[in-house]
Amino acid sequence: MSFASIIIQLLNGLAAASSLFLVSAGLSLIFGVTRIVNFAHGSLYMLGLYGAYSLIEALGRTPLGFWSAVVVAALAVGLAGVLIEMLVLRRIYRAPELFQLLATFAVVLVIKDIALFVWGAEDLVGPRAPGLSMAVEILGKRIPAYDLLLIAIGPVVLGVLWLLLTRTRWGALVRAATQDREMVGALGVDQAKLFTSVFFVGSVLAGLGGALQIPREPANLDLDLSVIADAFVITVVGGLGSIGGAFLAAIIIGVAKAFCIGIGTVTWFGLEISFSKLTLVVEFLIMALVLVARPYGLLGKPQAVQRVAADPVPPLTAPSWSMALVWVMLLVGVPLVADRYVTILLTDIVCFALFAVSLHFIMGPAGMVSFGHAAYFGLGAYAAGLLFKRAGLPMEAALLVAPLCAGAFAVVYGWFCVRLSGVYLAMLTLAFAQISWSIVFQWDSVTGGSNGVFGIWPSAWLADKTTYYYLALACCGTGIAFLWRVLFSPFGFALRAGRDSPLRAEAIGIDLRGFQWAAFVLVGTLAGLAGSVYAFSKGSISPSTISIGQSTDGLIMVLLGGVETLTGPVVGAAIYTWLRDVVARHTEFWRAVMGGVILLIVLLFPQGLVGGLKALVFRWQERQA
Amino acid sequence: MLSVKGLHAFYGRAHILQGVSLEARAGEVVALLGRNGAGKSTALKSIMGLVPAARGEVTFEGRRIERLLPYRIARLGLGYVPEERRIFTDLTVMENLEVGRQSARGDAPVWTEERLFALFPNLAGMRDRPGGRMSGGEQQMLTIARTLMGNPRCVLLDEPSEGLAPIIVEQMAHSIRTLKGEGLSVLLCEQNLHFSQAVADRAYIVEKGQIRFGGTMAELASDSSLREQYLSV
Repeated sequence: MSFASIIIQLLNGLAAASSLFLVSAGLSLIFGVTRIVNFAHGSLYMLGLYGAYSLIEALGRTPLGFWSAVVVAALAVGLAGVLIEMLVLRRIYRAPELFQLLATFAVVLVIKDIALFVWGAEDLVGPRAPGLSMAVEILGKRIPAYDLLLIAIGPVVLGVLWLLLTRTRWGALVRAATQDREMVGALGVDQAKLFTSVFFVGSVLAGLGGALQIPREPANLDLDLSVIADAFVITVVGGLGSIGGAFLAAIIIGVAKAFCIGIGTVTWFGLEISFSKLTLVVEFLIMALVLVARPYGLLGKPQAVQRVAADPVPPLTAPSWSMALVWVMLLVGVPLVADRYVTILLTDIVCFALFAVSLHFIMGPAGMVSFGHAAYFGLGAYAAGLLFKRAGLPMEAALLVAPLCAGAFAVVYGWFCVRLSGVYLAMLTLAFAQISWSIVFQWDSVTGGSNGVFGIWPSAWLADKTTYYYLALACCGTGIAFLWRVLFSPFGFALRAGRDSPLRAEAIGIDLRGFQWAAFVLVGTLAGLAGSVYAFSKGSISPSTISIGQSTDGLIMVLLGGVETLTGPVVGAAIYTWLRDVVARHTEFWRAVMGGVILLIVLLFPQGLVGGLKALVFRWQERQA
Repeated sequence: MLSVKGLHAFYGRAHILQGVSLEARAGEVVALLGRNGAGKSTALKSIMGLVPAARGEVTFEGRRIERLLPYRIARLGLGYVPEERRIFTDLTVMENLEVGRQSARGDAPVWTEERLFALFPNLAGMRDRPGGRMSGGEQQMLTIARTLMGNPRCVLLDEPSEGLAPIIVEQMAHSIRTLKGEGLSVLLCEQNLHFSQAVADRAYIVEKGQIRFGGTMAELASDSSLREQYLSV
C-alpha cells in the first residue's frame, strides 16, 4: 500500500467516523442520564436519513435545500425522540431496567413499520450534496469534497457538546444526573424535564448523523439494527457516558473499517486473507480486545451505582410437578385434535420456549444479560445443518452433536464475557453474536452465505410433522426441565447468590467467575439444542437465525413473560410466536402491531405478563380475605 | 413550619417508620436522636419524598406534601442534606453549587456563592476543585452549601457531624447556629448528643420507628434514665 493510498483510506475512515460519532454521542448522553439502553437510537438515525431524503426532494436539490433538509430532519428526529420519551419511557422510569429495554425494542418495531409504510421497502439513494459534489485531489488521488466536510463536522460537534456540558447550567445538571439523579431531584430539579431535554439533544444527534449520510449511503430498513450495533460498540469501546471516548472510538473503528476495505485481499505466506470481508467483524474484534484490557472502555469510568429504592428480586418458586404433568399431557394431546398447521406452529413454539428459557437462565438467575443469545441458537442450527449436509453425519447424530458445537463456542465467548458485568457484558455478548453472524454471512463456500443451507430434512421415521413435533417436545421439554432443575441445585443457588451480591458470594468461597462461565456454557449448549431442533423442523437455515433480530426476539419473549418467574419465558415465547404468526398472516405491518401490543403490555404490566397476572391474583385474594 | 403526623414508611417489606409524629417551628433547630437503625434517616427521606410515605401526613407551611415528588418538595423551600453527602464528584465546587441553585423566595434568606463562601471559608479557596478530590469535612460543607443555594426556609440535615474531625464538628455547629440566626428552621438527625446540645432547641428520640420522647434540650439533659435507655450504646 502506497503512502497516498494510506492517506486516502485514513480520510475515508475519518469521514465515516463523523456520523458514527454523532449517533454514539447521543446514545451515550441518553444512557448516562436516564440509564436506558435505547435500542431505538438506531431507528432515529434511520428516520434522519429517510427524513433528509424526502425533505431534499421537497425543498429542491440546491445547497440551501440540502442543508435546510439536513437541519430540519435532525430537529424533527429530535422531536420524535421527545415524543418517545414523553409517551413511553417517562411512564416506566421506575420499572426495572430490563423492562425499559423491552419498551425500546417495541419502539424499534413500530418505527421500522412507519418507515416501511411511508417510504416503502426499496432502498432510496439520495442526491450528492449540491455544491460539494466535486472531488478534491490529494496526493494524486481524488476524494469527495463532501467527505472532507464530514471530517470537519465531527470535531465541531464534539466541541459544541463539550461547551454545552461544561459551560452551561444544563450541562452541569446532565453531568450531575449521570452520577446521582435522585440527589439532583432532591435539589429541586425536575427530572422529567431534564430527561426530555437530554432525549431531544441525543435524538437530534442521531438524526443529524443519519441525515448527513444521505450522499454516502442509501436509506434502507435494515439500518436501525446495524447502526445501533455500531453505536453500542463505539460507546462501549470509548467508555459509557464519555463523549470524548465516543469520538476516539468512532475514529479508531471508522479508520479500521476503511483500511480493511482498502487493503482488500492479501496473500501472506501462501495464505489468502480477505480483509474486505473482515469489515463486518473488525469493530467487534476491537471491542472484544478493548473490553478485555480495559473493562470500562478507553476513557470510561466504573459505572456509578444509581440509587433507586428497588425491591430485591423475589426468590424463585419451583414449578409444581402436577402442573407440569398437566401441561405435558395437553401438549402431547394437541396434535390429536389440531391440524398440521397448528402442529408446525407448536414445534416453533417449543423450540423458542427452550431458547427463551436458556436466555432467562443466564439473564435472570445468573444475572448476566445477553444481547447476543442468538449466537448459540444460530450456531446450533448451523452446526446441525453443516454436520448433516457437509460432514454427512446421520440426522440423529447431527441433532445431538450440534448443541455441543454451540457449547464449544460458548466456552470461548463465555470466557471473555464473565470478566465483565452489566451493560458492558451485554454489549460484549452482542459483539460475539455479530462476529458469528458475519462469519456465517460471508463464508459462502461453507455456510451458503446469505442464502443459508437447504435440504436439512429429518430422517424418514421423523418426516411426519406430528412425529417431529413429539421429538421437538421431548428434546426441548427435557432441556427446559433440566435448566429449571439446575436452578434449584447448589450450583443454581450459587449463581443467584452471585447475582445478588458478588462480593459476599466470593467471600464465602464461591468461585463466581468459574460458575458463571459454566452457566454460560450450559445455556449456550441448550440454546444450541433449540437451534438444532429448529433447523431440522424447517429444512433450511438462513443467517437470520443468528442475527440481532433473533437475539432481540429472545429478549422480548423473556421480558414479555417476565424475568422474575420461571414459567414467564415459556409463556412469552408462546404468545410472541403465536401472535407474530397470526398478525403476519393478516398484515404486512405485523411489526407495528407487535410493537403496539408490547408497548401496551409494558405500560399496563410493568412486571411482565406472568408477574402481572400473579399480582392481580394476589390482589384479588387479598380482597377476598 | 414543618409538621409530621403518624408517618409510616417501608423499605421493601421492612416496616421502618411506624407512626412518627414531630414538628419543627419557624426559626427552630430540632434534633432527631436515636441509635443506628432507629429510623432517623428514613424519617428525613420520607419527609423529602425519597422514600414513599405509606401512611400519615406531612405538612410544610400549611401544604400537604407527602404525595409530592422530591423536586416539588424542594421547590416549596424544604432543603435536604443527605447523610452520605452525595457530592457530584465529577463536578467542581462551583458546579455543585450551580446544580443546587433555585430562584429566590420572598420570605427566606437568599444565598449567593459569595455568602456561602463567607459561611464556609474552606470552600472559598477551592472553587474549581472537583468534588471527588475534597476531604470529608469539605464535602460536608459543600453539601450543605449546595442545598442552601436553593434558598430554603427549612433544612433537613442528616448527621452533619458524622465522621468529621472535632475541629470541623465545632465549625459545623457554628454554621448551624448561623443558619438559625438567619431565620431558617433546621431538622437534624444525630447520634452525637453533645453536638445536638450545642445547636438544638428541642429534641425527639426515635426508637424502632417510633417517637419515644419529645421535649426541650434542657428536659433531655436533666433526664439521665432517658438517655441511658435510648441513646447510650
